[in-house]
Amino acid sequence: MSDATLSHSAEHAAEPHGHAHHHPFLQHHFEDMGQQHEASTLGMWFFVAQEILFFGGIFCAYFIYREMYPAAWSAGSKLQHWQIGAVNTVVLIGSSLTMALAVWGAQGARRKFTTLMLVLTLLLGGIFVGVKAYEYAEHIHHGQFPGAMFTYVHAADPSLTRGIELFMTFYFTMTGLHALHMVIGAGLLLYFIRRAWRGDFGHEYYSPIEIMGLYWHFVDIVWIFLFPLLYLV
Amino acid sequence: MATQEHGHQPDHETYTGHAAPPHQAPLAMYFAVFGALMILTVLTVWVSRIDLGALNTGVAMAIAVVKALVVILWFMHVIHSPRLTWIVVICSFLWLGVLFVLTFSDYLTRAWNMY
Repeated sequence: MSDATLSHSAEHAAEPHGHAHHHPFLQHHFEDMGQQHEASTLGMWFFVAQEILFFGGIFCAYFIYREMYPAAWSAGSKLQHWQIGAVNTVVLIGSSLTMALAVWGAQGARRKFTTLMLVLTLLLGGIFVGVKAYEYAEHIHHGQFPGAMFTYVHAADPSLTRGIELFMTFYFTMTGLHALHMVIGAGLLLYFIRRAWRGDFGHEYYSPIEIMGLYWHFVDIVWIFLFPLLYLV
Repeated sequence: MATQEHGHQPDHETYTGHAAPPHQAPLAMYFAVFGALMILTVLTVWVSRIDLGALNTGVAMAIAVVKALVVILWFMHVIHSPRLTWIVVICSFLWLGVLFVLTFSDYLTRAWNMY
């Protein structure tokens, strides 16, 4: 460590510019901002890769039970209001757009634009989770929450009722984990709104916003699959 | 770019070519991607209203895969990413494929014993 510091300062002492040109957010174990950016986005992609497998396992289980109880799955998806799901899809993809625009703004050191886009992303994310909460309240009100609270009986074919309860278990698990990711994302957004407003980001240093974007877009992709699987088919 | 400014000595400079300024896509690209995603969302809903039998799920998933690809390539900037990022992205879906194929090759073939 001390050796590295020594050679580092010696090297810079011989230069006319010295340390003045080091970016304040360049960590000492990276050569330059470009390498730091590549390392951090790659690291985030490794995280996203395990998230894909985390959700992938649940999707896998969903398909197996769907294969076992096709009629119950079809009846279960009809308990959802696809119109609400479609509106929420538009809201979430809209938040992905504002998130991508925030990254664009950070790259160009547009401080106010970036902050505004992050605030809009947070707002749209909030609307999504709010709509989700309304849907949950409706399901619980109609006795469609699995377990002891499940009082719903499928009138047309009561034999499907247990299968529908299983479908609702998947519905609440999948959308619940998705909503949890949204809430975590909202917390991260709050932190980055503060930093963006402070003017931390510019064309040399925008990796945190880019990485925030990777997370947010991933959560959007999960919903892209959840919407048809839970609301439409 | 940063490298030149810092004036690193050549013997120290084993690492090159990564300090280029960010690739900044035109703003219109993001709106075009958003538009494409909206069209595909409408398509998903519209197709689900038509009874295609067993094909419905397949079509819905195919559209979802296209939407996910659009998001990954352009919103997540993979299209302008280094090859190492491509490898991680492709491998993550490769493992997802292993998870699905091996599991389904068990569950979906169990009924075959009955005949």
